Amino acid sequence: MAALYEATTLCVLNVGPGGSDSGISGIEPSADDDQVVVTDSARSVTVYKVSDKKALGSWTVKQGQTVTCPAIYNPQTSEYVVVTDSKVIRVWKDSDINIDRAFKTTVSADVWRVLSVPDSEPLVLFQRGAVRRLDTLLADPQQPVENVLPEEAVIRWSAVLNVEQQPCLMFLSEQKGETLLLMQRRHPDSAARYRLEGGEAPLSCSALPCDGGVRLFCLYSSGSVYESVVPIRGAGGVVEEVQPLPRTLLLNLPVGEGKLESASAVSLDDAHVALVGVPHPSAGPGKDFLCIWNTNFQTLQAAKEMAGRIYGQLWCSCGKLYVPHGKSLSVIPFKCQKSSLAAAMGKLRQAGSNVPASGLYTSVPSWTAATPDMRSTKRTLLRSRDVSFLRLNQFLEDVKIASAEEVQKKVSAFLSNLKNLHVIQVAAGGLASVLVSRCQEQPGFYPHSALVQLVHSQCLSYSVCPHLLTLALEKKDYALCQFCLQVFPDIPEAVACSCLKAFLSESDGTLDTVSLERDSVAFVEGLIANSTQEGGETQQNGFCPTTQVEDGGGGPTHTTPAVLTRSSMPLDMKCPVGLHKAVLLNEILQVAYSDCFLLLHLKTLSAPQVILFLQYLQFLYGKYSQDLHTQVSALRSPAMTQILDWICLLVDAHFTVLVMAPEARELLSHLHKVVRLQVKVFSELGKIEGCLQALQKAKQSGDVCQYSIEVIELF
Amino acid sequence: MGEFTVHRVRFFHYMPSGICAMAFNRRTERLAVARTDGSVELYSRTDHFFQEKVVPGRQQRSIQALCWVGKRLFGAGLSGEIAEFDLDNLRLKFSQDAYGGPIWSIVCNPQGTHLAAGCEDGTVKLFEILEDQIRFERNMGGQKGRIISLAWHSSGTKIAAGMIDMIKVFDLDSGNAVQRLLVERGSRMQQSQECVVWSVLFLSDIIVSGDSAGKVKMWDVNTGTLIKNHQVTEWDVLTLSVSQDETSLFAGTSEGTVVQFQLLDVVLGQEEKEWVRTRTFKNHTHDVIALAEADTVIISGGMDTQLVVRPLLDKLDFKSRDSSLLKILFPQRSLVSCAKKAGLLLFQYPTHLELWLKTCPSVHLMCLFPVRLGLQGEDHVCCSAVAPCGEWIAYSTTSGIRLYRLQRDNKNVSITKVPKLPKVLRHAHQLCFSPDSSHLYGTTSSAVHVVALTSAGCKFEHSLKPNSCVDSDGKFLASANSNSEIHIYNMHKLKAHCTVPVYRSGVSAMGIHPETNNLVIVHADHQIFEFSIEQMQYTDWSRRVQKEGLHHVWLERDTPVINVTFNPQNPNHVILHDSYMFCIIDQSLPLPDRKSQFHNQLTLKSLPEAERLKHSHAFKECKLYQPLLCVDMLENQSLVVVERPLLDITTNLPAPVRQKKFAT
Repeated sequence: MAALYEATTLCVLNVGPGGSDSGISGIEPSADDDQVVVTDSARSVTVYKVSDKKALGSWTVKQGQTVTCPAIYNPQTSEYVVVTDSKVIRVWKDSDINIDRAFKTTVSADVWRVLSVPDSEPLVLFQRGAVRRLDTLLADPQQPVENVLPEEAVIRWSAVLNVEQQPCLMFLSEQKGETLLLMQRRHPDSAARYRLEGGEAPLSCSALPCDGGVRLFCLYSSGSVYESVVPIRGAGGVVEEVQPLPRTLLLNLPVGEGKLESASAVSLDDAHVALVGVPHPSAGPGKDFLCIWNTNFQTLQAAKEMAGRIYGQLWCSCGKLYVPHGKSLSVIPFKCQKSSLAAAMGKLRQAGSNVPASGLYTSVPSWTAATPDMRSTKRTLLRSRDVSFLRLNQFLEDVKIASAEEVQKKVSAFLSNLKNLHVIQVAAGGLASVLVSRCQEQPGFYPHSALVQLVHSQCLSYSVCPHLLTLALEKKDYALCQFCLQVFPDIPEAVACSCLKAFLSESDGTLDTVSLERDSVAFVEGLIANSTQEGGETQQNGFCPTTQVEDGGGGPTHTTPAVLTRSSMPLDMKCPVGLHKAVLLNEILQVAYSDCFLLLHLKTLSAPQVILFLQYLQFLYGKYSQDLHTQVSALRSPAMTQILDWICLLVDAHFTVLVMAPEARELLSHLHKVVRLQVKVFSELGKIEGCLQALQKAKQSGDVCQYSIEVIELF
Repeated sequence: MGEFTVHRVRFFHYMPSGICAMAFNRRTERLAVARTDGSVELYSRTDHFFQEKVVPGRQQRSIQALCWVGKRLFGAGLSGEIAEFDLDNLRLKFSQDAYGGPIWSIVCNPQGTHLAAGCEDGTVKLFEILEDQIRFERNMGGQKGRIISLAWHSSGTKIAAGMIDMIKVFDLDSGNAVQRLLVERGSRMQQSQECVVWSVLFLSDIIVSGDSAGKVKMWDVNTGTLIKNHQVTEWDVLTLSVSQDETSLFAGTSEGTVVQFQLLDVVLGQEEKEWVRTRTFKNHTHDVIALAEADTVIISGGMDTQLVVRPLLDKLDFKSRDSSLLKILFPQRSLVSCAKKAGLLLFQYPTHLELWLKTCPSVHLMCLFPVRLGLQGEDHVCCSAVAPCGEWIAYSTTSGIRLYRLQRDNKNVSITKVPKLPKVLRHAHQLCFSPDSSHLYGTTSSAVHVVALTSAGCKFEHSLKPNSCVDSDGKFLASANSNSEIHIYNMHKLKAHCTVPVYRSGVSAMGIHPETNNLVIVHADHQIFEFSIEQMQYTDWSRRVQKEGLHHVWLERDTPVINVTFNPQNPNHVILHDSYMFCIIDQSLPLPDRKSQFHNQLTLKSLPEAERLKHSHAFKECKLYQPLLCVDMLENQSLVVVERPLLDITTNLPAPVRQKKFAT
C-alpha cells in the first residue's frame, strides 16, 4: 500500500509569462536531508529547510546571466555548483553571500548538467555527450572536450545511479526521431548505447537500480508507462554499435481525448510509480491529481488533488514528493509499503512481519536525487521532524531493545498520542510485528499487557500480524486469544480451528485461573445459573413439553424417567465444560468462517474433543430454545444460527466417528429429535403462511362501491 | 370510546369547476377567484386563505377577468358585459354591456378612476368609475383582431394590449396606438398558426408578454424592441403575474407549471440586472389559467379546479401553516344537509338538489333512492337545508327562496312547493330549520328572518338583526357574520340575547349543544371555543383549551372545520370535520399536551383495555375517510360520512395537455 500525507507549501512560484512554465528548473538534495536546493529557471538558487518551510540562503546571478542547469550540492566539499550561461561553472559555499564574488571558471564546451554522485565527486555532462569529473575539469577548465553525440542530438534526461557500488551515468538523447540511451561507467570504464523501442521520446523517465542492471521507467504521451531493464556488463570496454532495448508495458493509463502534454513520472520503488499530469481515472476533467500507481497490479494506490495548474514537473527526494502547481511548490511526504494481491485479500502470511523495522520503508531512489542508500534514508527519516510515521520509526528502534515494562509504558503513551486513525493502523501493525518477532527470538520476553493494548486499539487484523495469535496460543495467553478472536475480522479457519483444539484440550482447572473479559463471562454465568435454577418454564420455539412427550417419549435412548417426564430434550442439562472454557468456545463460535474451509480443519479434531464440543453446543442450543439469551444480556453472544451451523459442521466432519462411538449415541439421537421438531415447526409455519397471505390479499382489495356500511372503533 | 356504524356515502357526485380568473387586493388582503360556473369566491389572505364569501354562479355567465378597484370588485366575460359584484349581499350589483362583443380582459388604472376593457372587436373601451355605476368614456384602436390581454402602465398614461400576433401600446392622451410589437409565431407549430398573446404586463420600463408559442418575452418600452426571449414551454403561456416591487415574475403554462423569473444582478454587487428564470413549480395537472402574487406566496389556479398557494420562502427553519403548500379543492362550507331524525340526505349541486330518502325505516340500513329537484331560472343554488323531521326542504338562489313540503305515504313521495313565502325573505345566505321543524330561519346580510311553518302554510314571524352562519337549538339561535361577530338570540322571546367576544379569525363552523345550550365555535385558524349561552361566558372547558393550548398537529391542519355536530347519546362528544378527517372530541378526557402523540388511535388499539384510558386524550381523530364533504351523527350512534374520492374528480376533468410519463 502507498499513502500520501498532508501537503505543505514550500514556496511561492514565480510563474513565467503565459503561465506555462513553473519557474523551477530543478530541486536537488542539499547538505541535510531536510534541505533542498531549488533552482529558479531564471537567475536564482535557493536552499530551503523543508520541515520549517524556510529559506536558508538564496543566491542570484547578475542581470543578463542565466542559470542553465539546476544547482547541486557537493557533500564532499560542502559546496554548491551551478552553471550559468551554459559555460560558466560557479562554485560557492554556504558562507558566501554574493555568488558573483565566488569561484567561477569558463569551460570550452556547453554544459548540459552537473550531476551529483553519492559518495563521490560530481560529474559534468556536456551537451554533446562528453563526461568529466568536476575536480578534473576545474583543474583544467579549457581542456578539449570530445563530441560523443552528433550536433542535432538533444539530451532529454540524465541520471546517475549507484549500481554495484559503482556510479553509473545514463542519459537519453533524441535525434532524427530516434531515442538513444547512453550509459557510462568509470570502473571499469565502459560505455554502451541502446535504442529505445518505439522511437518517440518519452515524456518523462525514471531509473532504479536492480539486480545486475538498471530498470528504466518511461512515461509516454499516450499514457503508457514502459519498463526496460538495462543490463550492466561486468566487462569494460566501449561498445560502439547500438543495441535495441526491449520494453514491457507496465501501466496503460486512461488519458481521455488527445495526448498528454506535460506529465511526469517518478518510480518510488519497484512496484510504485508517482505520476503527475495524468488524469485521475474516476475524477472529472479539469482536475489535476498526484497519483501513486502500483505497477504490479495496475491499481491506483493513492491520489491527491492538486489545485491550480500542473506543470508536469515532479521531483522526489528523501521520501517527499515536490510538485509545483498553481502558484506554489508543494511538498508531499509519502510512504510505500510492500503490497501484494494476497495482502489485499487478507490471506497472506506476510514475510514482512520478520523484516526489521527499517524494511518497512523501502528506500526511494529517484533520478533527481541520485539513489541515496538505505542508511542515508534512515538517517533522513529519523532526523526530520515532519510526519508522525517518522517518529514511529524511531519508536520501533527503541521497542526492539527496551524491557517489557518499558515497552508497555511506551506503547500506551504512543497509542494515546496518535490521533490520526490511518497512522495508528500503520503504527500498530508495525509495532505488533516488531513485538511478535522479538518474542519469537527471545523466549523470556513477553509483553502481555502491551499486546493486549495493541489489540484493544482495534487497529490490528489477523493479516497485519499473523503470528500474534499463534504466539498467544503458544504462550497459553488465553486472555489475549479471546481479545484477538473478538477484534480480528479475518482469522483463517485453520487458526480458528487450532484455537478450538487448544481450548478443548486445556483442562478446566488451568483455564479458570485465566482472567477473561467480564461481559462474556457474565453471559455464560447467567446461562449456567439459569440452568441450575429453574430449568425451563417458558419454552418457546415449538418446544412445548407436552408435545415432546408425545413425540419422543418412547425413544429407546431415554433410560431415566426424569427425562421422560420433563422433556425428551435435555433442555436443562448441565454445562459440560467449565465456565471459562465456555467463554472461549463462545468466542470461537462467533468467528467468521467459510464452511468448506472450516470443514477440512475440523476433521483434525479428536473424537473426545468433538463429543465434548457437541455437548456444549447442545447445551447452548437448549438454553437458547428456552429463551434465556434474551434474559441474559450481553454485548457479544453467539447467535442461534451460529450454534446450529457449528453443530451441522461438526456432525458433517465427524459423522462416521460419531456413529461408531457408543458414547455419542445419546447425543446424536437428541440432535435428531431437534431436527425433527424443527422440520415439523417449519411445515406448520408454511401452512400458516398461506393463510396469512390470503388475509393480506383480502385486506388490499378496497371497496369502490358507492355506498357501504362499515363499523369503526375509536379508542 | 366505542364502536360506530358508519354509512359511507360516495354517491354525491360533486364536481368543482375550474378556475378562470383571479385578482388579489393588496389593500384588503382579499383574493377573488372566479370559476367557470360563474361563481366568485373570496378568500382572506390574513386568515389562512379562509373562504369567506361565495357569490353564487349563474348559467351562461362566464368571467374572463376580475379587477379590484378599491374595495369594489368588477368582472367581465364573454357575455360582453362588465359587472360589479355586491360583496355584502353576495350577488351582482349591476352589469353593463360594453357593446364590443365578448370581453377578454379588464384592468383598472393605478389611480382607480377608470376601467379598460379589451373586446372582441379590437377596441379598448375606457370606462369611468362612478359611485354606483360605470360610464363609457371612449374607444381606442378598433382594427381587426380581438384584444386578449391588457396592462396599464403605472403612470396611467399608456396601455399595452395583447392581441393576435402582436402587442399594441396605446397612448391615453391621444387615444392612438403608439407602438406595435410583432410577436413571431412559434417554430414548433406551423407558421400558419397564429400566435395569441395571452397575457401582458406593463412594468415601469419593460413590457412582458406570454404567448401561445410558449414564450415569455421582455420588450423595451421606449424602443419597442425585444430584449429577452424565454422559451418556457412547448405549449401556451397563459398568464403572468408580477410582484409589487417588480423584481419577481411568474408565468403559468398549459402544462400546469408555474415558472418564476427574478430580476437579478448580472454580476454580484453591480448595477446591471437581468431577468433570470429561477424556479419551476408543478402543482397542477392542467392549465394554469390564473395567477396572483401576494407578497410571500404565489397563488395559482386552473382547469384542475384546485387553488394552490405556494409559499416562496421555502428556506424557513420552522414549519408552520404559513410556510407549507396549501391546496384548496373543496368548498369550505357544507353542501350536504342531513335530517337526523328522518335519515335524509340533501345534496346541493349548482343547478339542482338531490334528496336521498331512507325507504325502510325499521332497519338501520339506509336504503336510499334519489329525488331530483330541478331549479327554475338561471341562478345557481347558494344554500339549501332540510328540516330534521324530513318534511321541509328549502333552498335559496340570488333571486329567491323556495320552500317545498315533502309528503310520504308508504312508497309514494310527493313534493309540493309551498306558495306565498313572505316577501321580506327574497334571498338568504344561510337557511336553517329549528330542531322541532317548526321554524325556518333565513339570513341576509342585514337580518335573520323567522318563518313559522305549519301544515297549512308558512307565516313570517320576525326579523332579527343582524346576521351568516346560523345554528339553533330551538331556544336559542346563533348567527355569525363575516366580521366574525356572533349574535345569539332567544327564540322564545324573539329578542337578542347576547354577543360573543369577537375573535380575530373567521368563524368556520359552529353548533349549539341541544342539551347544555353551549355554543361550540371553530375558527379558521382552528381555535375552538365553547360559550355557555345561559351563563353568557366561556365554559371551563373552553378556558382550559385556551390555557393549555391546542396541540400543534391540530393547528397545522390546512383545511378549516366545516361542521360541528353532537352525539345525541353522549353529551360530552362534539363531532368536528374538515376535508381530510373527522374528529370526536370527548370533553371528559384530558387535553393532549404538547409532547404527547396526537394521532394515537393505533397506539391505543395496541394497548390492553386497562391502560387505554391512561394514554387517551380528548381528540379522537379518524382519517379513514377522505376527502370528506359531510359527517353527521344520526340518532342511533351511527355516522353518515359523505366522501368524494379525488380519483372521481380527476377522471371527470378533460385530458391534460401533457402527462408526466415514467422516465420522460
